Amino acid sequence: MAEKPRSFQEIILRLQTYWAGRGCAILQPYDMEVGAGTFHPATTLRSLGSKPWAAAYVQPSRRPTDGRYGENPNRLQHYYQYQVIIKPSPSDLQDIYLGSLEAIGIDASMHDIRFVEDDWESPTLGAWGLGWEVWCDGMEVSQFTYFQQVGGHDCKPVSGELTYGLERLAIYILGVDHVMDMPFNDPQSPIPLTYGDIFKQTEQEYARWNFDVADTDVLLQHFKDAEAECQRILDTPSDDPKKDMKIIMAHPAYDQCIKASHVFNLLDARGVISVTERQAYIGRVRALAKMCADAFVQTEAGGQAA
Amino acid sequence: MPDLLIELFSEEIPARMQKRASEDLKKLVTDGLVEAGLTYAGAAAFATPRRLTLSVEGLTAESKATLQERRGPALDAKPQAIAGFMRGLDIEAPDSIYRKYVEDIRNGEVITVGEVMLKSIEAKGRQFLFASIENRGRMAADIVAEVLEATIRNFPWPKSMRWGEGTLKWVRPLHSILCILSDEGGAEVVPLDIDGITSGDTTQGHRFMAKGATSVSSFDDYEAKLKRAYVVLRADERAEMIWHDATNQAFAAGLEVVEDRGLLAEVAGLVEWPVVLLGRIDDDFLGLPPEVLQTSMKEHQKFFSVKNPKTGRIERFVTVANMETADNGATILAGNQKVLSARLADAKFFWENDLRVAKAGMEPWLDSLGNVTFHNKLGSQQDRVTRVAALAREIAPDIGADPDLATQAAKVAKADLASEMVYEFPDLQGLMGRYYAEAAELPAEVAEACEEHYSPLGPSDDVPTAPVSVAVALADKIDTLTGFWAIDEKPTGSKDPFALRRAALGVIRLLLSNGKSLELLNIFKHATFFEVTYQSLKKFGSDVEGHNERVRERLYQAFLDDKLESVSVEMRQEIADLADRAKAGFPGEEPSNSKIIEIDEAARTDLLSFFHDRLKVFLKDKGIRHDIIDACIAMPGNDDLTLLVKRAEALAATLATDDGENLIQGFKRANNILSQAEEKDGVEYSYGADLKYAEEPAEKALFAALDAADAKIGPAMEAEDFSTAMTGMAALRGPIDQFFTDVQVNADSQVVRRNRLNLLSRIRKSCLSVADLTKIEGSS
Repeated sequence: MAEKPRSFQEIILRLQTYWAGRGCAILQPYDMEVGAGTFHPATTLRSLGSKPWAAAYVQPSRRPTDGRYGENPNRLQHYYQYQVIIKPSPSDLQDIYLGSLEAIGIDASMHDIRFVEDDWESPTLGAWGLGWEVWCDGMEVSQFTYFQQVGGHDCKPVSGELTYGLERLAIYILGVDHVMDMPFNDPQSPIPLTYGDIFKQTEQEYARWNFDVADTDVLLQHFKDAEAECQRILDTPSDDPKKDMKIIMAHPAYDQCIKASHVFNLLDARGVISVTERQAYIGRVRALAKMCADAFVQTEAGGQAA
Repeated sequence: MPDLLIELFSEEIPARMQKRASEDLKKLVTDGLVEAGLTYAGAAAFATPRRLTLSVEGLTAESKATLQERRGPALDAKPQAIAGFMRGLDIEAPDSIYRKYVEDIRNGEVITVGEVMLKSIEAKGRQFLFASIENRGRMAADIVAEVLEATIRNFPWPKSMRWGEGTLKWVRPLHSILCILSDEGGAEVVPLDIDGITSGDTTQGHRFMAKGATSVSSFDDYEAKLKRAYVVLRADERAEMIWHDATNQAFAAGLEVVEDRGLLAEVAGLVEWPVVLLGRIDDDFLGLPPEVLQTSMKEHQKFFSVKNPKTGRIERFVTVANMETADNGATILAGNQKVLSARLADAKFFWENDLRVAKAGMEPWLDSLGNVTFHNKLGSQQDRVTRVAALAREIAPDIGADPDLATQAAKVAKADLASEMVYEFPDLQGLMGRYYAEAAELPAEVAEACEEHYSPLGPSDDVPTAPVSVAVALADKIDTLTGFWAIDEKPTGSKDPFALRRAALGVIRLLLSNGKSLELLNIFKHATFFEVTYQSLKKFGSDVEGHNERVRERLYQAFLDDKLESVSVEMRQEIADLADRAKAGFPGEEPSNSKIIEIDEAARTDLLSFFHDRLKVFLKDKGIRHDIIDACIAMPGNDDLTLLVKRAEALAATLATDDGENLIQGFKRANNILSQAEEKDGVEYSYGADLKYAEEPAEKALFAALDAADAKIGPAMEAEDFSTAMTGMAALRGPIDQFFTDVQVNADSQVVRRNRLNLLSRIRKSCLSVADLTKIEGSS
C-alpha cells in the first residue's frame, strides 16, 4: 500500500502516473470552457467510430449555477474532473479502476467500495450509457459508464468512461472539511498553497459575474453566432480546393458546439431561460452535437478508410 | 435424476432489478426445459449484486423419444400441395427435388430426409404420401445448453447494454457462466460458449474479502463455498441479517429502527456480505423535522433512520456496508457520517431559508406559483389555487367546515411547491406545507389541510376526517376532474397521465368514509362557473380589476340562486361583454389562456358517469354487485354518492334475504306480464286498480299488502331510510307469491283482467320507487 498523498496535486499526479502505466495517452485539458470532462473531443468524438483509443486527462470544468462564492465546503462553479476513456472497454476495467483508488491512497480492505446503479444521459450530447456511481464509505467518488450512444450514433465498440470529481475525492482522502482549506501543493513546501489561496477569490468573482453581471444580450448573440458558425463549417464542402484534398472540419465545428453549450449554461445561471425554453435550447445544442458526430465518423479518426 | 446449477456472474446488477431477474431466469429456463421434453422436481432462483443463480432439482436425464406420423396429399396432387406438405416437415428443396421424391415413392421406395421417413400408403384406392418423424430422445446437457443460451440472448432486462467489442447484451458486462449437471456420480460441466464466454464449474466470492475462483460440485456445495467466501446467496437471508443486527444494535442503545421494507430490500440488493453499522447524526441537525432527516438519509445515502422511542426524534442512523474491516468499520462509519453531515447541511440550509419565507407570509411562493404551468389549457398553479379556493368555500358548508378556513387553507395548500425543500425532496410536498403553515402561525386546521389535502392518494391510504382538510381535498380533486373534462382530456384505456381515476376514487372515499352528501352535478357547475369568471375577469383588464372581487361575488351569488337575470342591467351588460371578449381572445394573451373553459352539461353528465364507473369498481371490492349499483344509479339523486351507496347497501342486504330474492322473481313476473299486456293492448295499465273488483282472497290480500307497503315505503324514502323502505318492499313477497299461485291474471272478464293488470302495475310502481329492479340480473 502506497503512502497517503499529502496534497491535491499529488493525487492528480498519481492518477496521471497510474493511467499512463495502464497505457493511456495522457492528454492535456481542452482549451475551452466545458461543463464536464466528457465534452473534451478526446471523449465525445473519439468514442465514435471503430478505432481503438485510450486517453486520460484532467479537465477544468465550469458549472455556473453551482457557484457559491467559495463558501460551500464542496460546491464550486469551477472544478477539476479526471477523465479516463478506453475503447473498447477492457474486460477488467472495474479491477483496473479499483487499482487507481489504491494508487491514490484508498485501501480497499479498510473502506466500503460499492458500485451503485447510475444510468448516464447527456441530453445536450445526445448520449447515454449504463454504469454506476462508485461509492466509497457512502460518498460518490467516481462515475463509471459504458457508452452506448453518442451524438445519436451507436458506440461500436463500446468505450468505458471513468470520471473522478477531483476536489470531492481529495477532500475525503486528505481528511479536510472545506475545499478551500485543502493543501494544493505539499504543505511542507517553502511556499505552501491551499486550494483557497488559488481559487477562493476567483470563485467570488465568477459567482458574481455568472449570477448578476454577465450581459445576457451578448450571451444570447454568442449562442446564435456559435450555432450559425457550427452549421456553416459543416455545410462547407469537404474538398479543400487549396490543398486539393478532402478535409472535413469536424473539430472546429465541435468547438462551436462546446461554445454554444457553455453559453447556454451561463444564460441558465443568469436565470433568463424559462422552463419551456430550456428544453428548446438543449435541443438546439443536441442538434449541433449530432451534426458534429455525423461529420466526425466521416473522417479518418472516426474510422473511415483514408 | 441429475440436478442443474446455473450461475450467471456479472458486474454489479442494479438492486431494483435483481428479484425480477432471478424470477425471469427461473421461468425462462424451466419453461424451456419442459418444452424440450424434460421434467424436474423443483427449482429455485437467487440473486446477489453480482450473480443470478438457478438451482433445478431432479431433472430427467434425457427427453423421451417420440414418433409422429402424418398423412399427406395424394401422390398425384398439385405441386403446391406437395410443396406445402414438405415444408411443413421442414424439408426445404426446389420443386424439382420434391417431384423426384414423389416419383421414387411412387416406385415403391422409402425415402429418408433427416429425421423424416417418407413412403406411400393406400387409402380408398389412391396412393397418399405418408411421413414418419422420429425425434430421438436428447440428453439433458444438450437441452440445457440450448435453453440457457436462448435465455441469455433474449433475457428481458428492463435496460441492457453492450460492452467491449461484443454484440451480446446483458444488464452489465457478463463475465462467467457456471453450468453443471450433478448426480451421485459427480458433476459435469454443460459445455456452452456464448460470444467467447465459456461455461465452467467455478464461481467467485466477495469482491474484496475473497480472492480467486472456486470450483463447485452441487448447489449445496456452491452455497456453502460462497458463504465461506463472504457471499450470502439468498436475498431474504441478507435482509434478515440486516434487520436482526440493526434492531439489536439500536435496542442496545435504547433506540429503535424505523421500519422501511422497500429500503431493506434495496439495501439487501447492494451487498453480498451485509455489515450493519450504527452511526451518529451531528447535533446540529437534530432540530430538522424527522421526515426531512429520514428522507435525506434514505434518498441520498440509503440509511435507515433510528429513533428515540421516548421523544419520537430521529437521533441515529444505520448504514449497511459490504465489508468487514480490521477496525470494525470505524473508517467506513466515519466516512459515512461525514457525507451525511454535508447532505444535512444542505437540508438545513433549505429549511432555514424556507422558514424565513414562511414566517413572512409565504408571499414569494404564492407569487411564483403563477409561473408554474399546471396545464397549458388550464392555466398556472396559481389559477388553479384560485379555483380550488372558491370551490372549497362552496363545498365547505356541506362538509361541516368553516368556509373561511377552507378558503384560506386552499390558498396556501400549494405554497410549499415553491419551497427549496420540496424542490429537493418532492416526496415531502404537503408535509412541508404543514410545517411552514405552522411556522406562519396559520390556524391549526389550515396547517393540517396543507398536509392532508392530497389524501387519499392510493386505494389503501388513510382518508382525512378533519372537515377543512376534507373540503380542500374534495375541491382539489374535483377541480382537476372538471378541468380535464372541460378540455376533453379524459383517461382512455390504460392511459391516465393525470391520474384522474385516482382523483375520482379519492372523492368517492372522502365522501363515503366521512358520510357526507354532496350533489356533484351542482358542484361541477360551480367549478365551471368559477373557471369561466375567474379566467375572464383576470384577463378583462384594468377597468374591471378594481372591483374584481365584488363582480365575482355577485356573479357567483346570482348563479347560485339561478337568477342571473336578477343582476343589474349594467352588470349583465358587463358579463355579456366579458364573455364576448373572452371568446374572441384578449389581445396580447396566449390564446390558450384566454379561452373560456366550460364544462357543458354533456361533459358534466359524462363526468358523473365516470364517477359511477369508479364507484362500481370500488363497491365490487366491497362485495356489492354491479347490477345492484345500476339499479340504484337509475334512481333520482344519483349524483349524491353517499345516498347512492346507502341505497345500494340496503338493496344488497334485502336481496341477500330469502324474501328479497323471491320478491325479485315476483316483481319480474309482474313486470313481464304487465309489459306484454301493455304491448298487446296498446295501453298503459297504470291507474285505477280497485278493491271492489277483486275476487280471490289472494287478490284482496295483495291489495292490503300494497297499501301497507306504500304507507311504509313512502315516508321511509322521504327520510332516506332505505332499509325500512326495502323491508316494506320485501314484505310484499308473500302476498305476491300467493297471488300468482291462486290467481289467473288473464281472467275471462275484461273488467277483472284490467283490474288485475292495474294491480300488477301497483307492484311495479311500489318496487320501482325503491330501486330500478329491472336492472337486477337474476337467478332465473
